[in-house]
Amino acid sequence: MSTPQTPPVPEASAGPPAPQAASAPASARDTALDPERIARIQEAAYRIRRNSLIQAEVQGQGYIGQALDIADVLAVLFTDQLRLDPLDPESEDRDRFQLSIGHYALALYAALTEAKFFPLEELETYATDDSRFPMSSMRTYTPGVEISGGSLGHGLGIANGVAMGLKRKGSDRFVYNLLSDGELGEGSTWEAAAVAGHHRLDNLIAIVDFNDQQADGKSTDMLSMEPVTDKFEAFGWIARRCDGNDVAAVLAALIELREIQGPRPRVLIADTRLGKGVDFLEDREKLHFMRVEKEEWARAHETLKQSHEALVASPQKDDAR
Amino acid sequence: MSTTTPKLTSGAMSVDIAKEGQRTVAAPLGHALLEAAREDERIVGLSADLAKYTDLHILRDAMPERFYQIGMAEQALLGAATGLAMEGFIPFASTYSVFATRRAYDFLCLDIAEADLNVNMVCALPGLTTGYGPSHQATEDVAILRGMPNLTIVDPCDAIDIQQAVPQLAASDGPTYMRLLRGKVPAVLDEYGYSFELGKATMIREGGDVLIISTGLMTERALEAAAQLEKDGVGVAVLHSPTLKPFDEESVVAALGKGRLVLTAENHSVVGGLFDAVARTLVGRGIGERVTPIGLPDAFLDAGALPTLEDRYGVSTAKIIERIRELL
Ligand SMILES: Cc1ncc(C[n+]2csc(CCOP(=O)(O)OP(=O)(O)O)c2C)c(N)n1
Ligand SMILES: [Mg+2]
Repeated sequence: MSTPQTPPVPEASAGPPAPQAASAPASARDTALDPERIARIQEAAYRIRRNSLIQAEVQGQGYIGQALDIADVLAVLFTDQLRLDPLDPESEDRDRFQLSIGHYALALYAALTEAKFFPLEELETYATDDSRFPMSSMRTYTPGVEISGGSLGHGLGIANGVAMGLKRKGSDRFVYNLLSDGELGEGSTWEAAAVAGHHRLDNLIAIVDFNDQQADGKSTDMLSMEPVTDKFEAFGWIARRCDGNDVAAVLAALIELREIQGPRPRVLIADTRLGKGVDFLEDREKLHFMRVEKEEWARAHETLKQSHEALVASPQKDDAR
Repeated sequence: MSTTTPKLTSGAMSVDIAKEGQRTVAAPLGHALLEAAREDERIVGLSADLAKYTDLHILRDAMPERFYQIGMAEQALLGAATGLAMEGFIPFASTYSVFATRRAYDFLCLDIAEADLNVNMVCALPGLTTGYGPSHQATEDVAILRGMPNLTIVDPCDAIDIQQAVPQLAASDGPTYMRLLRGKVPAVLDEYGYSFELGKATMIREGGDVLIISTGLMTERALEAAAQLEKDGVGVAVLHSPTLKPFDEESVVAALGKGRLVLTAENHSVVGGLFDAVARTLVGRGIGERVTPIGLPDAFLDAGALPTLEDRYGVSTAKIIERIRELL
């Protein structure tokens, strides 16, 4: 690891910056996003969903609802926004993508596979004995997996340290941390949010998968953290919220959050739909841990294909471009 | 991949520990707690987004006004339990063992144990009862907690232990921690005319050649091993000690000194659990017996399928039998 000769001097005045006038809207919102770019990401999202179904079928059950809901965000990240090299997963020059929610592992393996980290065949080893793809993602098992998940509420704190480390090294790379709406219940998440705001970690982008789902039921019924963007803003963050299943909206938001100037950490609240893309799973009783019967998998693949074809055929929404 | 024999898979949030065809009781904690709550209006339940996975949904659904959903916030869970106990209620708070012991330790220690409040923690996934990996495998929870003054620690074998423990935990004054088995839980000990008594170890069966001092679900495996070995003419006694703290030293000492091969069996790291409790009992009294620990290694365990891992770490019934044969 190359450490710069002279570490940058810590900022003279730590502490959250004084509130500024609302920052100018970033370029991406105004600049029309190239439709081909969006179409390419949508194709990737489709393959990430397919990769997720392949893994979940090995188990017959699991976190398939989450993998389907987050596929659009992961497609934007892993095929557009993140600087990553599958041949050099530990490259000093990479953006750091951290999955705080270990149970979303199958979604991450699906995305890493789409990004050419793994051969397609390996997906079928998901959560089997001696696989590189354990059910909960762990740094010690899988190239490209930056942190160990499983115990929720750890990710954002680690992201702070990595963001600090990158700054010390003079790197202009970003840390992306994907967390869940459930993790907003953990005090550790808000401790970390305060630290990020105080230390002005403007190279940190958090993404919250707001699928309104937790283990015991709907997040908003159980422990409502709304209004979430206001809370992050009060902690010194730049916060945006969008439909997390609209590729164009997610892309625009993530471009904006990377480009926007201002000494603040950034967060995107992505409102997603559990089971997105497979209508009978979207409509099923919302469950953290979903069971899909043997005979349903072929139908799931077929439905996914149809909904993707319908999406591609539909005109792009104006407001997202 | 698809052409080879399918490998075993981890399963996760939904696995039951019962074997196919075994006699089981559904959600024994939930039903026992509901019954206790009907009899004592001070009893309340709380969970940190794991009611459904710790069987507290039985209480939640039957008596919603007696249940608090805290959300996924284990420190706040124990904080709320503390306050309720201070106001004279008897809280049963549930999460997974790893989160109660690792995340919320300080709250448990200072707010609950130091104040000696009647807060009862019921915590699932003790030891190796999930193949999910170290984040969910509470392999060292007893080691963490045995050093905590005032705390009673219970590691039940089966549904019978759990059902009978609940009213006793509620009735005992100070804080308690129970390692919970959830879902379809095996019924084992009723066949032996056994009943649970907080703080007591019980000789479940006698045998002249081997003594297994066991706790938790390892008592079931010890009994299975004993039945198998009996067919080869090896007599195995099983002393079940579901209460790990305070530890029933007298019953252990009474079982020793009979020239038997002595082992401990626990669903926990060999560091800091039952084996250590037995060892300090012996050393403290100057008893020089060799004791062989059967338990989980002092290591972070692999992720994988439970049967694979139970064999790998030597805690399956087959491996217990193998070990005893080696030693005899
Ligand atoms: C610290 C911690 N507490 C509890 C759990 C158990 N658990 C696993 S997932 C989950 C739900 C958390 O909410 P979220 O991540 O939003 O769930 P999802 O959207 O995937 O249903 C819980 C409580 C955990 N893994 N870590
Ligand atoms: Mg959620």
